Amino acid sequence: MIDRLALDIAHLCAGGLVLVSFMLLYQDRLTGLINTFALHALVVSFSVAWQAYIQQAPQLYITAAIALGVKAVIIPLALHRIIVRLGIHRSIEPVVSIGQTMLAGIGLVALAVMVMLPVTAQAGTLAREDLAFALSVILLGLLMMISRRNAVSQVIGFMSIENGLILAATGAKGMPLVVEISVAFSILIALIVIGIFLFRIRERFETVDIHLLHQHRGEQP
Amino acid sequence: MALQALLGCVALLLAAAAAGIGLAQRRAATPAIYGVALATSVAALSLALGALLAPPRLAATLALPIGLPWLGAHFRLDALSAFFLVVANLGGAAASLYGLGYGRHEEAPARVLPFFPAFLAAMNLVLVADDAFTFLFSWEFMSLASWALVMAHHRRSGNAAAGYLYLLMASFGTLALILAFGLLAGWSGAYDFAAIRNTSPSMLMGAAVLVLALAGAGSKAGVVPLHVWLPLAHPAAPSHVSALMSGVMTKVAVYGFVRIVFDLVGAPYWWWGALVALAGGITAVMGVLHALMEHDLKRLLAYHTVENIGIIFIGLGLALAFTANEMPAAAALALTAALFHVFNHSVFKSLLFFGAGAVLTATGERDMERLGGLIHRMPQTAFLFLVGSAAISALPPFNGFVSEWLTFQAILLSPALPQWLLKFLVPAIGALLALSAALAAACFVKAFGITFLGRPRSAVAREARETDRWSLAAMCTLAALCLVAGVLPAWFIDALAPVAQALTGSHLPERHGLDWLTIVPIAQSRSSYNGLLLFLLIALAAGLAAAAIHRFASSRLRRAPAWDCGFPDPSPATQYTAGSFSQPIRRVFGTVVFRAREEVHMPAPGALDSASLHVRLRDLLWDALYVPTARVVAFAADRLNAVQFLTIRAYLTLVFGALVALLMVLAVWQ
Repeated sequence: MIDRLALDIAHLCAGGLVLVSFMLLYQDRLTGLINTFALHALVVSFSVAWQAYIQQAPQLYITAAIALGVKAVIIPLALHRIIVRLGIHRSIEPVVSIGQTMLAGIGLVALAVMVMLPVTAQAGTLAREDLAFALSVILLGLLMMISRRNAVSQVIGFMSIENGLILAATGAKGMPLVVEISVAFSILIALIVIGIFLFRIRERFETVDIHLLHQHRGEQP
Repeated sequence: MALQALLGCVALLLAAAAAGIGLAQRRAATPAIYGVALATSVAALSLALGALLAPPRLAATLALPIGLPWLGAHFRLDALSAFFLVVANLGGAAASLYGLGYGRHEEAPARVLPFFPAFLAAMNLVLVADDAFTFLFSWEFMSLASWALVMAHHRRSGNAAAGYLYLLMASFGTLALILAFGLLAGWSGAYDFAAIRNTSPSMLMGAAVLVLALAGAGSKAGVVPLHVWLPLAHPAAPSHVSALMSGVMTKVAVYGFVRIVFDLVGAPYWWWGALVALAGGITAVMGVLHALMEHDLKRLLAYHTVENIGIIFIGLGLALAFTANEMPAAAALALTAALFHVFNHSVFKSLLFFGAGAVLTATGERDMERLGGLIHRMPQTAFLFLVGSAAISALPPFNGFVSEWLTFQAILLSPALPQWLLKFLVPAIGALLALSAALAAACFVKAFGITFLGRPRSAVAREARETDRWSLAAMCTLAALCLVAGVLPAWFIDALAPVAQALTGSHLPERHGLDWLTIVPIAQSRSSYNGLLLFLLIALAAGLAAAAIHRFASSRLRRAPAWDCGFPDPSPATQYTAGSFSQPIRRVFGTVVFRAREEVHMPAPGALDSASLHVRLRDLLWDALYVPTARVVAFAADRLNAVQFLTIRAYLTLVFGALVALLMVLAVWQ
């Protein structure tokens, strides 16, 4: 049914997403990070669109359109505005050095492949590989969230996790559109809420470095 | 139909509980709530009696679309449920009747009235539940309702600690039961009892279920070493609730054990019986030894509950051992003995707690060392308490004797068991049972003698007044039942036949022919008991002796100095006390079991301060089991406290680490 080329392109997209996730890990400037995230969302939307084409599932085109419109355009633009208004163009400091973070990321991808390939032995080839890549993207997003201090980069890590979830769901043939729309909206609302919080935090403490927040909780000197 | 009507009774009780919240402040609320509870319990009692005496061919079942959506709530009324419903609702009716009078002295009715009917409803629900979820839900509801009643007088010293310990042990018991049902349900997750019955677990699984059921139901029933909460929590509640908890709730726990081990888990192995009977034997002796050391009347009774639960578990263990060796007649005998003791204990323990409650209302005292001479002030209560004491001490012609005698008959069958361990163990357990029976009699000589005989040891005891008519009516009913069940045990044993038939495949021989009042557990040539004959003999002998004394002695009433030789001082402090009564037994057992130490302080010659004697007892089980556990929990809580104050990133790292670790396990596992 699915010819060789279609499968290869699907793999290419999923693998490309993992690659962009790695790119997210080593961005040390917020502007670059946001641009890379836009690329991340672009790859997801293309991947979803390709799935829609090879699975003949027209509703997935809507998913792809949402991913493209909201995550590749609106959210990056909004984040750019936020950081301009916050005036944070300085470099962001990873907690672990970039080399170690990358190594940890490679380990996570290996782990995801080791877990997923045996578990999904009965599933179709397409779903199998997609799931392994999607799990990698999710784990890399989590790794990003814990290795960054800046609240904006944590938001981006969170949204890259969501991209991984979409990749998994479309690969599994049949994430209902309703679920996708609601997830997309919840992400948007999360962005709005987090954006507001960022301003509030800055107003209070004159920084969005969450490390400084803990000092205000009173348990650290 | 009976099942629907029973559930209707439960709904009525729950409605009464809800009404109790709103009405508790009104004066009329107390008689109204207890009246409704009494009427409902009597109705449920008659329904359960009907189901037990005229059993339908198929057990009534009912499924309601409440509870878990894919499971619903299943209810079933079979012979076992019907028997325990009789026990529960008899106790409930008696406690409600007693509450009509006793409840008027309650200082905080709003803390008792809503929970009392809810407690009754919960116990009924446990007994008819037919799936694990409904069972556990009702079980937990029962625990919480009784906990609220224990905490009714929470400002009194010790009650809050008792409630806390009870809550902990109840949670532990429910946890064990949840695990037991989880194992029973297996991979398929069939929580419906009918589905559980159809699967037979492996040997290891069955053993795990047995241990968990023993821990879960045993902690509620008071099996040593899980009994520690019972003597604290039962006396802390108002007396009619103490009677319900000791007399009925422990029986509901026994029901849970019987339901799981005899009905759900499938064929037993012989060593299950050894384990359960040994736990029962140790429980019986430890319970009665603790009771002997106790001078608080209600707590003494609570320790006796532990002892009687031990006797019941001995019977259940023997029934398991006999069933495993395919000796259905012997198994039926042991099971009938255990179940008959369930009934008997619920009757006389309720009676005794009512008596203790009457003493408490009249004097405000639970400490026996401050009572005494109450037989002159409260003659009816004293007589009824004496009946209960004789029954619990297993004296013929009362009911306690019959069931303990039947248990001994089952023990005497143990040489027929093929396993050597059982051949040796069961007679040893018989010795423990005999010891506990003898010590129980000694203990009730103390309880009755110190409380009701002699001279008052305090002003409140001197001015006590007889209790009210409602309370006396409740106690009279139960005392009459003690006598009837002792004199005509054959009726009660016949009523138990369907239960024994369902669980062991056999039952005791029905009464027949001329000797219709004689019970013959095994064979006429071995042993038989005729309660009526014995009762007539005792009445005749006692009557003749009394007549002879009155005939040949002076009938004139004389008041003479009591025990004048060595007792010339009229102060009541020179009487025998509860402490001095139990001292010989404490000397024999206490030094080993309780590490009892006596410290005598004698003033120097010429000094004017008084001499004193202190007795220090240690609960070794508490020191060996509970103190280290508490220490470990406190240590872990201290260490884990740091986890409450981490940074957001640290929490995310924890989540991430856990996820990666689990994925690693998954990757390696394959």
